[in-house]
Amino acid sequence: MIEMQDVYKTYPNGVMALNGINVRIKQGEFVYVVGPSGAGKSTFIKMMYREEKPTSGSIMINGVNLAKLKDSKVPLLRRHIGVVFQDFKLLPKLTVYENVAFALEVIEESPKNIKKRVMEVLDLVGLKNKARFYPDELSGGEQQRVSIARSIVNSPKIVIADEPTGNLDPDTSWGIMDLFEEINNRGTTVVMATHNREIVNSIKKRVIAIENGKIVRDEAKGEYGYDS
Amino acid sequence: MTVNTLKRHLRESIKSLGRNGWMTFASISAVTVTLLLVGVFLIVMLNMNNFAKKIESDVEIRVHIDVTATPKDKEALKAQIEAIPEVKEITYSSKEEELKNLIKSFGEEGSSFKLFEQDNPLSDVYVVKTAKPTDTIKVAKKIETFKFAHKVKYGQGQVEKLFKTLKVARNIGLGLILGLLFTAMFLISNTIKITIFARRKEIEIMRLVGATNGFIRWPFFLEGLWLGLLGAVIPITLLLFSYYNLYTFLEPKLTNPFLQLLPFSPFAWQVAAILVALGACIGVWGSMVSVRRFLKV
Repeated sequence: MIEMQDVYKTYPNGVMALNGINVRIKQGEFVYVVGPSGAGKSTFIKMMYREEKPTSGSIMINGVNLAKLKDSKVPLLRRHIGVVFQDFKLLPKLTVYENVAFALEVIEESPKNIKKRVMEVLDLVGLKNKARFYPDELSGGEQQRVSIARSIVNSPKIVIADEPTGNLDPDTSWGIMDLFEEINNRGTTVVMATHNREIVNSIKKRVIAIENGKIVRDEAKGEYGYDS
Repeated sequence: MTVNTLKRHLRESIKSLGRNGWMTFASISAVTVTLLLVGVFLIVMLNMNNFAKKIESDVEIRVHIDVTATPKDKEALKAQIEAIPEVKEITYSSKEEELKNLIKSFGEEGSSFKLFEQDNPLSDVYVVKTAKPTDTIKVAKKIETFKFAHKVKYGQGQVEKLFKTLKVARNIGLGLILGLLFTAMFLISNTIKITIFARRKEIEIMRLVGATNGFIRWPFFLEGLWLGLLGAVIPITLLLFSYYNLYTFLEPKLTNPFLQLLPFSPFAWQVAAILVALGACIGVWGSMVSVRRFLKV
């Protein structure tokens, strides 16, 4: 469960990104985070995997207060949260297999389990037969699948995605969304910041709209609500 | 840390040498050039130091004993001199021995001094050596104040000059070596910084998937170590080879007892060991300094 209480964030340069956020996301929910550029979506997302610390307020994730979490404990937190980005963040000099295995090597999983687990998730994202390819030999959609595979390979409770379809064409985006739904159906919480109006309006989920650092709308099965 | 993780770090660090081909080459070259310079300097400096030591250890204080001194007085003077903490060694040389030495040192012409055997004008002498050659002057001044120390000679003037020259030479050498090492460290840390900068994405992703700072640091630590060790290979081979040839070539020709090269073994091996250690330190230090910047949360 994710719970934010009175979260404020002011960056050192004086920009006030979050201005009193209160929200509660239950385990297994699927949540879209929408809003204009610069409204605080990214900061909101970054708070959840402790890339940014709140200036004040508390962020509880599965009983841990991220506002008080020591830097040295951040790696442990990240092992329970999968993160997916618009630009995939794959290592170009590693193969698909190695990119995914990376997340397990880091947590010192045994090589036998790594192999088993990596093949499982590659199968799930439909890239089992491309395990030996390098990222630049894949299409954008395939690269995003690899990055999703990496985010779920250590079975996290929460997957956070920051505009995962932002760099993809519409057809490919639908495929990626199917994948997130599949992950969500297995009980994983999915929090996704997006600008994709068609997706939000057709795959109906909870929508949280952020403007000027505040939540202005929070509806179950909501609409995108912006023109573009 | 498990054995598997250590194996992974070893594998990754070696793979990454290959992946960052040109940067690896640049870093190794930087280490190579530095260690070559440092090595040459070390060999020159240590040999010079060796000459200096030999010259210095030849410095001695000759205490001429007053002719009126009775054997008892002589004993007392000896005890007094021995009581000075810096004194290492004191030997007695009677005036007959002194004359013999004098005659011997003149060789053929020395025989004309034989006349003095009947009426020896020289005095009995205590030859005093100090533990540290540089204490000579201080000790000599002290002995001068003792009773029955008629004259104290240690090559006044020249010795001071000699010590001063040697000190300056040593300091210059040390300064040069330190400066060289310093430059090398900056050079290498910058090179490695570039390699790490090129890999900040890798570090970012490692942190994203939950790698601890220690885990991230290990491969870089090892990579720095390899760079340093690989960089030491050429300088060591070159220096061992050249010093061996230089030594076998020059050794028979150097007859002056002061001007002797340090023997190839163990000296050259010691220099090699120093270079290996320096290479490893420079490499590790350089990579650790650079990676630290990217690990701040």
